[in-house]
Amino acid sequence: MSVLEQDSAGAPARASLLNDPKVRGLFYQFLLVSVLVATGYFIVTNTIANLERQNISSGFGFLETTAGFGIIQALVPYAETSSYGRAIYIGFLNTLLVAVIGIFLATIIGFVVGIARLSNNWIISQIAYWYVEFIRNVPLLLQIFFWYFAVLRAVPGKREKWSLFDTFHLNIAGLRGPKPIFEPGADIIGWVLVAGIIATFVVRRWAKKRQDETGQQFPVFWTALGLIIGLPVLAFLVMGMPITLEHPVFNDTGPRLRQGFELGVGINLIPEFLALTLALAIYTAAFIAEIVRAGIQAVSHGQTEASHALGLRNAPTLRLVIIPQAMRVIIPPLTSQYLNLTKNSSLAVAIAFPDLVSVGGTVLNQTGQAVEIIAIWMIVYLSLSLATSAFMNWYNQRMALVER
Amino acid sequence: MSKHFLPLVLGAALGVAATSASATTLDDVKAKGFIQCGVSQGLPGFSNPDAQGNWTGIDVDFCRAMAAAIFDDTTAVKFTPLSAKERFTALQSGEIDVLSRNTTWTMTRDTSLGLNFAGVNYYDGQGFMVRKDLGVTSALELSGASVCTNTGTTTELNVADYFRANNMPYEIVAFEKADEVVAAYDAGRCDVYTTDASGLYAQRLKLTNPGDHIVLPEIISKEPLGPVVRQGDDQWFNVARWTLNAMINAEELGVSSENVDSMMSTDNPGIKRLLGVEGSFGENIGLTNDWAARIIKHVGNYAESFNANVGPDTPLGISRGVNALWSDGGVLYAAPIR
Ligand SMILES: N[C@@H](CCC(=O)N[C@@H](CS)C(=O)NCC(=O)O)C(=O)O
Repeated sequence: MSVLEQDSAGAPARASLLNDPKVRGLFYQFLLVSVLVATGYFIVTNTIANLERQNISSGFGFLETTAGFGIIQALVPYAETSSYGRAIYIGFLNTLLVAVIGIFLATIIGFVVGIARLSNNWIISQIAYWYVEFIRNVPLLLQIFFWYFAVLRAVPGKREKWSLFDTFHLNIAGLRGPKPIFEPGADIIGWVLVAGIIATFVVRRWAKKRQDETGQQFPVFWTALGLIIGLPVLAFLVMGMPITLEHPVFNDTGPRLRQGFELGVGINLIPEFLALTLALAIYTAAFIAEIVRAGIQAVSHGQTEASHALGLRNAPTLRLVIIPQAMRVIIPPLTSQYLNLTKNSSLAVAIAFPDLVSVGGTVLNQTGQAVEIIAIWMIVYLSLSLATSAFMNWYNQRMALVER
Repeated sequence: MSKHFLPLVLGAALGVAATSASATTLDDVKAKGFIQCGVSQGLPGFSNPDAQGNWTGIDVDFCRAMAAAIFDDTTAVKFTPLSAKERFTALQSGEIDVLSRNTTWTMTRDTSLGLNFAGVNYYDGQGFMVRKDLGVTSALELSGASVCTNTGTTTELNVADYFRANNMPYEIVAFEKADEVVAAYDAGRCDVYTTDASGLYAQRLKLTNPGDHIVLPEIISKEPLGPVVRQGDDQWFNVARWTLNAMINAEELGVSSENVDSMMSTDNPGIKRLLGVEGSFGENIGLTNDWAARIIKHVGNYAESFNANVGPDTPLGISRGVNALWSDGGVLYAAPIR
């Protein structure tokens, strides 16, 4: 195209395609891609050849073979007779669980500490300051060990317990609580909950519109509470209470081995999970706190003054003026903290929590299929990271400044 | 930039291609002057660093014996401590030359990991250890127990088989590092610690109060432990296998580190062949003919190594049992040197 145009414009002779920047550009792109493809091809064939030469079996067929080992925590049914593929899936779900709960806790702690750091109350801001400085500067693995080994020894042994309201019980075997048992009719409650959440969004939009138009406020918070909690509770009562609680069973008589909590009754958060999730949340929260502080400080003080001048008090100023503007600064670095937390969860292996890396490593060791397992690890972590980034980018765009 | 990229990549690719044809392990080892030996991260009696950082144990002795056979020098070994999970990858990738780390010979490991077992230097079986105050006397009473062990071992597979076969529910807590298993068991996280019986005796020494724990009588598996090399290098495999055989044959023939010098002038043809006075057995495996004499002189025969590291007079206090010579009622039986 450009060559022809230049020609017709009577530009310097058609002479060399070679000197056309566009053609050259394309050529180099093409070259680069071919080299990459060739390199990739070479690496793959070379690896396969090497594995064959060393008599190491390869391929993904092993995923269907029986795993034969037990896993302490499985969110979906798993037994020793399940396949290696299933075992890896269990590990993946465990990673996901730690990541989601860890991110949730870290965000809450991080925001609280970040805001506390800016508090006018000297003691509060000092506590926040020392929290950040201390936690940030101690290696994460050490913190995980601390939560696991040091705290583990401080809680009661398997045959004793600490109880809260006679409902939650803590001992060295984990944190136990009642498990909801869903009987027929319970699904209705779930649907009512979903409906309540959707209705809340609708009400919120409507209330916002009304406020924009008329200036009248609507008690969205209380309405939401009613819709999300009140309605399902009502449904629960109407349906004749189809959800019952299965309480953990604690034996303190009988043979000593049988004393303590019965396996598989009630919900048990194993100490490996607790230690890992707490350590990750507390560690990441220190970084999030700094991000939140920086984000808030990035909003010029004039905004606070203007808001005060309009008669808004501290709390609504923070909620309506500062935080929305600060979010734009906070979200991008917050995303990378979420990614960090997810990837750091692979330290699970140190304290026997069966996450993707831990279970994958076991499979790797039992089958010897290193290349395949490492490929699975990379693909899973990459997808998790990309999904988190995509979500956060979407959220960031929503929060971005809408210019008029 | 792009101008330099292509040659770089091609160079790298060709470089990789060129290195795939390499010399034999024995030549490599001779050239670098030492053996890189994969051991455990600390299992008393088998492979364990002492206060000065010197490695000792029967698995360590095996590597020292190989060094003695090749270099006439038991210090020509470097040790790489490996967790159960890391060990095979380390051997496959060439990071170590031989793996001598209480490793069970199983069919999968022998046939699909690209590895070969050179023999058995300790016949073991899996056992259980519990706190005495549990009042348990048999493994069959362990229903509902939580069990601590290492990942990436035959142990975690056997324990799953055993509890399932006996219809006993259980909870498995599997750590990568042995020290973490010990710490968790010691803290009371688990009721039971399971691993190779020898390992139980060794790890018990690390507990706060070793006397509070007992090893249950049941042995639930066969764990023939032995040294491993990469598949496809027969010469190196022979050096490993015959190093072990030499130590066992020496015990059988009554040759020890103390009498090896005087045995040089013996009339016994078997001993003559072992010590290289007759024949060219050493040369046939790429070594010198006094290869076995060197092993016996510097490291000793199998009995000496066993007694010094795990035997009745050591903290582990293990009797020979099945690990006695076949002629003494055990199963230790080495092919003859002839
Ligand atoms: N023989 C079994 C188990 C070997 C194993 O790893 N045992 C543990 C417990 S005795 C161990 O060696 N620990 C010492 C360490 O990891 O340094 C196998 O080959 O899978």
